[in-house]
Amino acid sequence: MFEGILVGLATVLTIQNLLLVFAGCLAGTLIGMLPGLGPISAIALMIPITYALDPASGMILLAGVYYGAIFGGSTSSILINAPGVAGTVATAFDGYPMARQGKAGKALTIAAYASFAGGTLAAIFLVLLAPYLAELSLGFRSADYFMLMVLGLSLVSAFAAEGEHLKALLMTILGLMLATVGTDLTAGVQRFTFGRMDLIDGISFLLLAMGTFALAEAFMMVLKPSQSANNSLPTTDLGLDRQEIREIAPVVGRSSVLGFLVGVLPGAGATIASFLAYGMERGIASTADKAQFGKGSLKGLAAPESANNAACTGSFVPLLTLGIPGSGTTAILLGALIAYGIQPGPRLYIDQPEIFWSVIVSMYFGNMILLFLNLPLIPYIAKLLTIPRTFLIPLIGFFSLTGVYLVSFNPFDLQLMLYIAVCAVILRLMTFPMAPVLLGFILGGMLEDNLRRAITLSDGNASFLWERPTTLCLLVLTVIALMSPLLRMLMKSALKGFKDKQNASRL
Amino acid sequence: MKPIALTYITSLFALIALFSADIQCAERLDKVHFLIPAGPGGGWDGTARGMGEAMLKSGTVSQTSYENLTGGGGGRAIAKLIETAPRQQNTLLINSTPMVVRSLQGIFPQSFRDLKPIASVIADYSCFVVAKDSPIKTFADAAEIFKQDPRKLKAAGGSVKGSTDHFILARALELAGGNPRKLIYVPYDGGGKAMAGILTGESQILSTGLSEALDMARAGEARIIGVTAPQRLTDAPDIPTLIEQGYDLQFANWRGFFAAPGLSDANYENMMLTVSDALSTDAFEAVRKRNGWTLLHHEGSEFYSFLERQEQEISVLMRQLGFLR
Repeated sequence: MFEGILVGLATVLTIQNLLLVFAGCLAGTLIGMLPGLGPISAIALMIPITYALDPASGMILLAGVYYGAIFGGSTSSILINAPGVAGTVATAFDGYPMARQGKAGKALTIAAYASFAGGTLAAIFLVLLAPYLAELSLGFRSADYFMLMVLGLSLVSAFAAEGEHLKALLMTILGLMLATVGTDLTAGVQRFTFGRMDLIDGISFLLLAMGTFALAEAFMMVLKPSQSANNSLPTTDLGLDRQEIREIAPVVGRSSVLGFLVGVLPGAGATIASFLAYGMERGIASTADKAQFGKGSLKGLAAPESANNAACTGSFVPLLTLGIPGSGTTAILLGALIAYGIQPGPRLYIDQPEIFWSVIVSMYFGNMILLFLNLPLIPYIAKLLTIPRTFLIPLIGFFSLTGVYLVSFNPFDLQLMLYIAVCAVILRLMTFPMAPVLLGFILGGMLEDNLRRAITLSDGNASFLWERPTTLCLLVLTVIALMSPLLRMLMKSALKGFKDKQNASRL
Repeated sequence: MKPIALTYITSLFALIALFSADIQCAERLDKVHFLIPAGPGGGWDGTARGMGEAMLKSGTVSQTSYENLTGGGGGRAIAKLIETAPRQQNTLLINSTPMVVRSLQGIFPQSFRDLKPIASVIADYSCFVVAKDSPIKTFADAAEIFKQDPRKLKAAGGSVKGSTDHFILARALELAGGNPRKLIYVPYDGGGKAMAGILTGESQILSTGLSEALDMARAGEARIIGVTAPQRLTDAPDIPTLIEQGYDLQFANWRGFFAAPGLSDANYENMMLTVSDALSTDAFEAVRKRNGWTLLHHEGSEFYSFLERQEQEISVLMRQLGFLR
């Protein structure tokens, strides 16, 4: 294995390749920053260029673009609350509040470090465990994915402010309802399209995210200027002190492991990984820390960022070991690899180890160069927020509108987004949280598809819910997650009772 | 504002300009504009861009541009081509068999008759796949299991119920003596996840396009037990056809190009010529090989009657199988 890594390093480490990865990272970051253009489009745009290169150089360029685009997506989430890809929604929960507190630079630094650490740890897991994990990725069936989505939904309480659980729940249901618009996969029937061709493919994630987050935020800035970003605060505070590093290091570790494992599953992916990591961290945080979540918590930013990147690397496990693309991005990469004459699969590791290793080493280099490239750029990127509000608000409007339009070229989408943004503003003025809408929307589609598949596969029996150990485990976890506030309360009172008794007996 | 920030912003604008530069029109056919009814990265996109690459490299045209227009199951791109026909004199719309299926289902009101069919270029045959350790060795094995208990043969597919993946397998099982309406079809979100479905063992057989299945089957985890090609393919000679196994089922999922309605005769001829020229170049051969496509060239009126024939076949199939009333 060590030899393999050295071979990979030797193929990858040339001046040309280093320049390519640098160019790839820069292009990826720029493309990723535009809402609507995520890793998939960035890689699809770059693939024709890579045909002129040899496989190792081509892969290294694509790796740079890939990680760059993911990081770019986080940037727009943090700075202007515009998560362009689903994987960076959770980043906005705490990243954007940090930016509003004038800590944009610090938030970007944490995002960069957490992404890097997540990617690095996941790359190590990939090298050490890939052959064994192929089993895991095939151990998950539709019923298990369904339970995983339910577990994801049960985290909704994590996104609710104190005493606002009912509102969060209502918003989740709204998200689930929006997810049903369009052609239903299982029966091929059109639902809630009102006979409009524009709605046949459903509401796009980007449109909803831009409407409820970015555009609504721009409206809120106009309506309530006092609550928006404070420009007078310095944004130069970039470094992390030792205390902060100590605080987020375990978070990054845990989230990377979780993210990697979720990424390995072909039907899950980075979005669920980031939500689960966010929910988990909030669940195990101390009461004081918990109150910070959603208001600019360092942990709340580091968790989804590292999980997101770890999951992206994890999705290479089924691709490289089984030849199965588990996500849109890996499907495109599979095409690129095959165009080079590389056939991913269990034999790749044995037959062509130098290619296997150069793919992994190049992924790793993409990740590393990105860190070195972006750290010096962060102060400049963060300066975006020092633009006067009179420019910043139209700029957010411009980016969210063009972002949505450039993906679909459909004016109807702009109308719909505007209506959604207006509704979102009204709901936000009544202190309804918006994150659960997106959570319900993202998980809703997958939840329904997997549930209906599971029911079809079990011939209509509900027994799929407990028949398999994996499903049962997830079911138990979900129940625990839902009951945890209750359990904690019971435990507290029991403990109190016990202490009282002790005190009484002492007397 | 610091110069670097300016650089970022100007780059952003440049990128946006790059994307919007797609909208153009000209009189001569040294430019070709491809209209793709799906996002970047899919089958339609790959075919259109591959074709464009071949045209540029061989010098048949001097400029190509691409426009991805998603929505309405592909219907929005068709609608746009018809609405803006006078301005689309050198636009080629890429499409494939699902267009015929979706017009039949009434998902969009237009059909190929509302456009000017130029040429089909490649074919992707359908095929059936099982996991490498599956007891199913031939299609007869699968049919036998199905006839004993349809619930024992769950069929995975990467597309929605009622699509070609679904009814081709139903038709093959009918030819083997089973009741096609009893087939339990389990749709997944894309071919990759459907493949994972047979590898986890939750479904027993996968019905999908050959080029997609080959990419994954070459990894050694799955076996292709039958393809709907008329004879064995030179690129994949070990895959048995359904015909040689005694099931008379032939089906080509074509991909081809259409022009706007009301195109002048001169332009129509020019376009057919441009496409057929591009097909015979080495550059296209390289693209074709790289993607594992099979050449299927019908042009003009021949393409039109091919489409009519396929529409007839598909509508009979779909009616028999209960997908159309």
